[in-house]
Amino acid sequence: MFVINCPFCGEREQSEFKAGGEAHILRPKQPTELSDDEWAEYLFMRKNIKGIQFERWNHTHGCRKWFNIARDTSNDEIKVVYKMGEKPPSI
Amino acid sequence: MTKNLRVNTGKAIDETYRISFKFNGSTYYGFKGDTLASALLANDVHLVGRSFKYHRPRGIMTAGSEEPNAIVQLHDNSSRTEPNVRATEVEIYEGLEATSQNCWPSVNFDIGGINNLLSPLLPAGFYYKTFMWPASFWKNYEYFIRRSAGLGKSPTKPDPDVYEHRYIHCDVLVIGSGISGIMAAKIAAKNGFKTLLVDEKPNLGGSTIYQESNYFKINNQNSGSWLEKEINEIKKLKNLEIKTRTSVAAYHGYNFLLARENLTDHLPIEQRKGKTRHKLLKIRAKKVISATGSIERPMIFDNNDRPGILLSSAIKKYADFFGVACGKKNIFLTNNDSAYETTISLIQKGINVEAIVDNREEVDSKLLYEVEKNNVKIFKGYTVTNTFGYKRINKISIMQISNDGQNVLGSKIYLACDCLGVSGGWTPAVHLFTQSGGKLKFRNEDQTFIPNIYPSDQLSIGACNGDLTLDEILINTPNSLKQFFKIKNTEYDRLEIISSTNKSKRNIWLLPSDKVIGKTKSFVDYQNDATAKDIKLALREGFRSIEHVKRYTTTGMGTDQGKLGNMHALGIISETAGAKMGELGTTTFRPPYTPLTFGTIVGRNVGEYFDIFRKTPIHDFHVENNAEFENVGQWKRAWYYPKENENMHQAVQRESKAARESAGILDASTLGKIDIQGTDASEFLNRVYTNAWSKLAIGKCRYGLMLNEDGMVYDDGVTTRLDENHYIMTTTTGGAANVMGKLEDYLQTEWPELDVYLTSVTDHFATVSVCGPNSKKIVSKVIPDLNFSDESFPHMSFKNTKIGKINCRVMRISFTGEHSYEINIQANYGKSVWEKCMEAGKHHNITPYGTETMHLLRAEKGFIIVGQDTDATMTPIDLQMDWIVSKKKYDFIGKRSLYRSDTIRDDRKQLVGILTEDPNEVLEEGAQIIADVNKSPIEMLGHITSSYYSPNLKKSIALGVVRGGKNMMGQKLIIPMEKKNINVTVTDPVFLDKENKRLNA
Repeated sequence: MFVINCPFCGEREQSEFKAGGEAHILRPKQPTELSDDEWAEYLFMRKNIKGIQFERWNHTHGCRKWFNIARDTSNDEIKVVYKMGEKPPSI
Repeated sequence: MTKNLRVNTGKAIDETYRISFKFNGSTYYGFKGDTLASALLANDVHLVGRSFKYHRPRGIMTAGSEEPNAIVQLHDNSSRTEPNVRATEVEIYEGLEATSQNCWPSVNFDIGGINNLLSPLLPAGFYYKTFMWPASFWKNYEYFIRRSAGLGKSPTKPDPDVYEHRYIHCDVLVIGSGISGIMAAKIAAKNGFKTLLVDEKPNLGGSTIYQESNYFKINNQNSGSWLEKEINEIKKLKNLEIKTRTSVAAYHGYNFLLARENLTDHLPIEQRKGKTRHKLLKIRAKKVISATGSIERPMIFDNNDRPGILLSSAIKKYADFFGVACGKKNIFLTNNDSAYETTISLIQKGINVEAIVDNREEVDSKLLYEVEKNNVKIFKGYTVTNTFGYKRINKISIMQISNDGQNVLGSKIYLACDCLGVSGGWTPAVHLFTQSGGKLKFRNEDQTFIPNIYPSDQLSIGACNGDLTLDEILINTPNSLKQFFKIKNTEYDRLEIISSTNKSKRNIWLLPSDKVIGKTKSFVDYQNDATAKDIKLALREGFRSIEHVKRYTTTGMGTDQGKLGNMHALGIISETAGAKMGELGTTTFRPPYTPLTFGTIVGRNVGEYFDIFRKTPIHDFHVENNAEFENVGQWKRAWYYPKENENMHQAVQRESKAARESAGILDASTLGKIDIQGTDASEFLNRVYTNAWSKLAIGKCRYGLMLNEDGMVYDDGVTTRLDENHYIMTTTTGGAANVMGKLEDYLQTEWPELDVYLTSVTDHFATVSVCGPNSKKIVSKVIPDLNFSDESFPHMSFKNTKIGKINCRVMRISFTGEHSYEINIQANYGKSVWEKCMEAGKHHNITPYGTETMHLLRAEKGFIIVGQDTDATMTPIDLQMDWIVSKKKYDFIGKRSLYRSDTIRDDRKQLVGILTEDPNEVLEEGAQIIADVNKSPIEMLGHITSSYYSPNLKKSIALGVVRGGKNMMGQKLIIPMEKKNINVTVTDPVFLDKENKRLNA
């Protein structure tokens, strides 16, 4: 169980948070104009990397805010925590 | 006899405090400080159990948590009983009763012992090979296997003890209080770190604390006395907390550890009352220091499992610490210097040592010369080839080992003995280190795995780091600590050390024998009866991965997790397969390090705290009125209210009729309620619901359907426009938290530009729903000032009003199809409003109804329940709810998915009504729907999702999903059941009042 440094509350146990999948997948602004394949790409396709992965997390049992982290999936080390809307750091 | 085996110098023993206990029905005596094992040995009891598979007699082998054999069942006069407890860890107390396990009728005469004679028929993988076919016979085999397998007996009554969980945050956690752990704890605490020191044993000091030999000195005192002074000093340190009887079970990532603190198991039973038995400590440490020591290795030779064969280090501990001689005629088998250390201890205490059998040809060691001076015969270059004595060892045979270590030479010598100590060298206890994700490296000199790469801020010191001699520990530990804490010096930098430094060892994993391997019983895993022969067989049969060999032979899969024999298993695999040990790796070390009881794991989360539940403000009424409850999410909801001898069916029929004929009352407080405010609230609703919201007038309500982005129905509920920029949304009871989370997600991440604020107000309001033809009369009696005329207060509208002085919101909405009102009031007035409605409806037979009746009433109207009539594969189109999907809106969550190639298929499963040919036949929910019984294989078209007997329609009604069902109206289908096929017809899902006349009745 890891510790996450919530950008709004500080360090808290993982059990206070909920994972929200891969980060930086923007909902298309005009879904109706997409082909089935393009929409399916947005809807279903997610990365599953061994190594640094950018993820969305929500402090469900705290401030309820969403934010992003960069986590090394091989050892759960969290490299960076950053707010929604911020660009992914280069790692 | 007892006196003879007490050597009266035991450090841990208080001989003035005698304790009686029972083992297998006989009464014995021991002293305060004894473990069950030491007390039994003092009474010359070696035979304590039978092995798992062959039921061979087994004795105490070790003096610690690594014990594979001496596992017993503990009892007391109450409902307490605990299986699989290691006798080496049980501290005796007045009233202790223990029995052997895995034997019947007794440990002395065990019928299962016949398995030992049958052992040639029980090779590795026996069960897999024998009972696999014919597969249909498994249920017959299983009965017998289950009966003969298993260790202790689990308790049959609830655990009477109390357990707790506690979180601990510290700067430094030191695991193990041997000499290196004590040094680490002192340095950490003295350098300002908030430190926690834990040890699984009742006392501090590890194996050094009873070291009284002149061959091991620190600053001119023997090492035991030196350490005792250190321990007395650290006990005074302010920022050091010390916990004994505390075993670290698991070491997870981010330095999160679980430990079990044992608080009462050592106390006499009458002193345990009202006390917590175990605490599960959840430790989050900034830095962790593992000082977990090492475990002595046994040796693998023919019949190496007899009672009376112990680890050399265990014999030393029993003598030095507990003051018990394990035998009167001791012989040691060793491949290193440790057995000499033990021998010197025994000689000092006047315990007879007959001989030492040393695998090594040449040994140049101070300890050996000292032993020789005492006329102990030493057989250099010899090994034990066999042992004798069924329930206690009485003789061994020894032979010379060839130069290559593969064979035995010369003539066989027989030696009589009553105790054989074995020392195969030491295995660093790296279990916790590897659990944490640490990577090991293999050290060739003494064939050990030692810590190499640390995955977190942690350090291994002392024997668990491969420092196996006193001088290595004393020199390396302070140096490692200086680097770890980034400090310049420690008080241990200039110790004067006298230590025996001979590290020579002749490591032979499987000792040679004059017999072929097939004829030997050389145990590698004592508890699971896995032998060297089994491992070799597994390799012959083609297993190569150590993980596979482990599972096939069950090596290392007992309650001791192979703490003694796993290294030998690896060694034998590597030699047989010709692979290098370092490349082979180890099997995975999994938590817990030693077993935990379930009580410890669940802590206080038992009984009503096992799974917390939520009660509505009206809960007490339901209880007083005999309601049966249903769990919905975390809520306890009234399910139905049986009167007198009514069963569920009768109660539901009565409640349903009353609601349609006069008035029913439902506690709807559990429905999720989300308060939505902001200038973009309408736009937000447009985006999250399938229908349009911009034009909803203030004071009006609207039903909404919410989809997932994949187009599947997610939730539904009525939302009311309270003001220009203010809505209140209701959600399903079970979906409330998820809907809230989903809406927040979109607001924060996709549409941060929207000015919308969400607040969960589910618990803030109680909701009383009154329905039926007389509902208006009843509610207007409760709220006399409000105009209830249909013109002023039509269906799907709401009014702010007061009951007495208390504000409330009344919605005229309906889930039953009846004329009905929902009163929402501040939660703490909920019960009072409910009671007012009951009073006002007294003459109208107002009938409280539960969720079951609610489900029946809505099914009559064909209203769906999300999660019952839908799963995550139903679109609104599949539900025949096209009317609620806006064609005009440019976008809403899930819109694009409604015309993916998959969602526009005509043959998707679609919601329809199902009527049985026989109106009294009620279908089973979940029953399959087919068209043709003769087709092979039978084609499943769908299934029943809701089914009831409707007292209002006087017939059975059902909803179901059927492939292409929309176009099958009137078609005959079949519900195949175990005993018969039921004929049904596909119909419209609305069974009652299609014109919605009742809403305004």
